[in-house]
Amino acid sequence: MINEIDAKLLEKIADLTGKPVGAFNIRKDSGCEARQSTEHIEITSKTDKEGIEIRIKDGTKGEVCHIPVIISKSGVSEMVYNDFFIGDDCDVEIVAGCGIHNTGCNESRHDGVHTFYIGKNSRVHYAEKHYGENGEKADGKNVMNPQTVVYLGENSTIQMDTVQIRGIDSTKRMTRFVCEAGSEVVVTERLLTHGQQEAVSEMEIELNGADAKSRVISRSVAQDQSQQLFYPRVVGNAACFGHVQCDSIIMGDARIRSIPEIAANHPDAQLVHEAAIGKIAGDQLLKLETLGLTAEEAEDTILKGFLA
Amino acid sequence: MLELKHIHYSVTTPEGVLDILKDINLVIDDHKLIVFTGPNGGGKTTLAKIIMGLVQPTGGQILFNGQDVTNLSITERAKLGISYGFQQPPRFKGITVHDLLLLSAGEEKLSKDRCCQYLTKVGLCANDYLDREVDVSLSGGEVKRIEIATILARNSQLMIFDEPEAGIDLWSFARLTETFEQIHRQQDATMIIISHQERIIQLADEIVVVAGGQVANRGTTEEIFPLILANTLGGCPVLQKEESK
Repeated sequence: MINEIDAKLLEKIADLTGKPVGAFNIRKDSGCEARQSTEHIEITSKTDKEGIEIRIKDGTKGEVCHIPVIISKSGVSEMVYNDFFIGDDCDVEIVAGCGIHNTGCNESRHDGVHTFYIGKNSRVHYAEKHYGENGEKADGKNVMNPQTVVYLGENSTIQMDTVQIRGIDSTKRMTRFVCEAGSEVVVTERLLTHGQQEAVSEMEIELNGADAKSRVISRSVAQDQSQQLFYPRVVGNAACFGHVQCDSIIMGDARIRSIPEIAANHPDAQLVHEAAIGKIAGDQLLKLETLGLTAEEAEDTILKGFLA
Repeated sequence: MLELKHIHYSVTTPEGVLDILKDINLVIDDHKLIVFTGPNGGGKTTLAKIIMGLVQPTGGQILFNGQDVTNLSITERAKLGISYGFQQPPRFKGITVHDLLLLSAGEEKLSKDRCCQYLTKVGLCANDYLDREVDVSLSGGEVKRIEIATILARNSQLMIFDEPEAGIDLWSFARLTETFEQIHRQQDATMIIISHQERIIQLADEIVVVAGGQVANRGTTEEIFPLILANTLGGCPVLQKEESK
């Protein structure tokens, strides 16, 4: 049964209001709350371990598949394996994400491994939002550790957008892409930590085929005493192009480590990395104050824009 | 009306106290176009920043429409109707031109037509710029013109522009001077423009020459402009010596 809190979580993580259209699988407190396959997208349960398999037929275009996870019981701990088999010549959107509403003092934890096998000439847009909140007087920790592995077939593309704004006390993200000839990866990562939160994001992109391309844009804000670690690595094993950009705003007593790495094993690999950590610039705040915003509103506007 | 009474601003350096502004007294009537000009380092920008609240004076009083605003914050002064166009505006990652215009206008929605009006006045096309982020992808001149457009969108009673011509190409500059002229003609706002440009100086009702932290001279364009031109040697003994040869 989807209650009011669940509905709010679903809206936060997947922009879902009401019953989703198309294929979907809603996982709640380690069980399957609702599922629907379509003519082109089939969702089945795994038989050997927790998780689902999503099979998308060749040539599927313009369809969206929602697979949100919600945890509303305190103390739930789960490890889930979801595999995506995307055929050739597809153009699809997959909306994942996890929302935790922790009402107790126990840790709620979702660990997930998503593995994508993307066929030739296919385009995939993959969105993953993480959101956590605690009920009144509840201080249980919210933990999420997502692993994503993507195998890109020739001339396929994936755009992966991840968002984690507040609420998750500890996260360790591991993301890996293996790219065949002509394929393209675009990753945008948005992260805001506060309080005592900790976040680690490791990424490895292997550009194995000629003309493979990758672009990583990571923007993060660390507030209070929170800590962040970024470790994106791009390995060029062919005539390829890779660009990594990590920008962080540091506030309060937070700590950020940003370690972009590029490695070329081919003379025609063009790899670039940029990383910057800094405070909100004083002249940005002053400019917005001259527009009539208070100092707090100005800071909020800058952070919202930065993480948009 | 803006009144500056005995404005002082000094800073402490290892060598001692340095006076940046020394007893500035000015009254600026409504709907006037005033140009602050004078040598670099003379105190023009500091004076303008003191009016906006970006710099707090070490002495004196600022009255805006009769209200003492000396101790008001930047935000409070902005809400009273003072706006300020920075000489070197900041850039914002992730904030678009449309976002900035929206914040400037203080409205939840702003039609494309209105955005277009503000941008056209600074020589930019809304179609090309509205969705662009005000970040390093824009040139210095583009950021500067967007900055001026935000001041136009503020539609405030007192507009201060710090060297609006700096970094702007000749064509956009011509458009910009027309915009200043139009605002002035329609009596829409009081404008204080820090400028060294003859074309802008000639638009002014009054020129205030700020030099050495003081109002060195003030008067109409006809009175002051010839004096500026006559003093191009700037008191430099080397140049004056060469001139006398």
